Amino acid sequence: MGEMIDKLSSYLEYPFVQYAVIVGLLIALCSSLLGVTLVLKRFSFIGDGLSHVAFGAMSLAAVLPVIIKEIAAGISASGEVSGTAKSIADFVADLNNNYIVLPITLIAAILLLRPGKNAKIKGDAAVAMISVGSLAVGYMLMNRFPTSSNISGDVCSTLFGSTSILTLKPDDVNLCILLSIVVLLIFILFYNKIFAVTFDENFSKATGIKADGYNLLIAVVTALIIVLAMNLVGSLLISALIIFPSLSAMRVFKSFRGVIICSAIISVICAAVGIFASILMSTPVGSTIVSADILVFFVFCIISKITKRA
Amino acid sequence: MSKQIICKNATLGYENMTVAAGIDFSVGSGDYLCILGENGSGKSTLIKTILGLKPVDSGSIEWSDGLKPSEIGYLPQQTLVQRDFPASVYEIVLSGCLSKTGMRPFYSREQKELAKSNMERLGISELSKRCYRELSGGQQQRVLLARALCATTKLLLLDEPVTGLDPKAQTDLYEMIKTLNDSGITIIMVSHDVNAAVRYASHVLHMGHQKQLFFGSKEDYLVSKVGKSFIITENGDEGDTPEPEKKPKEKSDAPALLAAAVPVAAAAAASITISKLLKLKGRRS
Repeated sequence: MGEMIDKLSSYLEYPFVQYAVIVGLLIALCSSLLGVTLVLKRFSFIGDGLSHVAFGAMSLAAVLPVIIKEIAAGISASGEVSGTAKSIADFVADLNNNYIVLPITLIAAILLLRPGKNAKIKGDAAVAMISVGSLAVGYMLMNRFPTSSNISGDVCSTLFGSTSILTLKPDDVNLCILLSIVVLLIFILFYNKIFAVTFDENFSKATGIKADGYNLLIAVVTALIIVLAMNLVGSLLISALIIFPSLSAMRVFKSFRGVIICSAIISVICAAVGIFASILMSTPVGSTIVSADILVFFVFCIISKITKRA
Repeated sequence: MSKQIICKNATLGYENMTVAAGIDFSVGSGDYLCILGENGSGKSTLIKTILGLKPVDSGSIEWSDGLKPSEIGYLPQQTLVQRDFPASVYEIVLSGCLSKTGMRPFYSREQKELAKSNMERLGISELSKRCYRELSGGQQQRVLLARALCATTKLLLLDEPVTGLDPKAQTDLYEMIKTLNDSGITIIMVSHDVNAAVRYASHVLHMGHQKQLFFGSKEDYLVSKVGKSFIITENGDEGDTPEPEKKPKEKSDAPALLAAAVPVAAAAAASITISKLLKLKGRRS
């Protein structure tokens, strides 16, 4: 036991591990808060869909410098890359990927969660279409314009976030902290409105609340969280981060507030346990966190069975 | 008596499909209007249009007497989402006060008091901390009614409030609504229950297939042709539909086709259920 603590504390001295812990806990907190609303609004799969969009956008961001160079080479007859094209490509390459991924995901989120009577019916088909489409295009781009020799490794880390959380730069961490604060503030300030709109949209609209506006807000915050969470668990496991804590909390707690608080606590604890366990056992961070979430879900299922019988 | 809602020759529908046309009525302050009609005659659509959740296709529905959305209470039909929603009774009732909070993010002390007093009014104070999804149908309706009361001071719209309740709970709910009406709140209620309508309501709006069959006071309704035939069929032979709505007009093919498809589908569903039942029985014996 002491050995493990020694190992952990020695790891915690590295800044990249500190970054991973900070970012991981913040993302877990934000995603669990919104997860409750999304699950209750029957939008569990929106996380999945949007995360695939984010994957596509991420691939695009990764290969954009290469594409620019190739196009420039194609245009100039000699096949040489001109200076301006090169500087544009370098600029894009230096740009934080989030600045490209975030707007694209935001647009997709707004399109998918767009308020409208028939949006729900078309909803699951639209989610499936966009998610599979962007997955395919993203993979194709990565193959056609390889940025490194290890394509499958790149794809794997974008999908499962296997190492990206350990390669965060201070810039990423700052952006993540900023976005998390925005998400938390929005959630606290609009808590009552989000509850009302989630529980009964028509009643809210009828009594003069701008439900469409709040739905849009929820869409925007969802997109923010998904882009954040891409760094931690990768695009495939984001849904797990969003739905597992809230589903676990719903097994046991009976009030909306109770569910939200419990799901936030579950999510943060699971993220911490997952990150430390992944360091100790050298397993992928994202899947370790999700495994912890799954474990907690079964524990809460059993608790709810016992309390119901009592 | 001042009018709160005036509806003039309104046509209602969903995207190109007209559900109801020529709807003409008005609701005065303190009235108790019951909207009757068959399934698909556009009762719920009318309620949604009154609330402004849908636009009017033609004609007009006006709110007068300075009525604002924040003065309206609404008891909608239950949605699938709500059945397993983890929320306490108090949280739901309090959410009715939301339109009064305006730009402030949290509820004030008075609003919390209002929620508590409305729960007391409907006799659900002791359920305050219970989970909504664990309540009986009647209790759930009372919770939603308490929420609607938090939202309203003037007008309450109810969309089939007694659906799925047992007779005792139905009567309780009707009596409760009547008490609210006596305290000065205007009631607009959609219902299938013609007996309740004539017992409690002051006015009746009867909607038929794509047109309005009757609007007027309850007394007039009881002696009208529509009212008589409807009450007789309700209480007596159920197979006989009243004359005015016997033949749907063949305006467009879609409703006619739909009308033809419904019995077929119903028959198919029934036969499937019966065959399943028979199989089950066979297995048991």
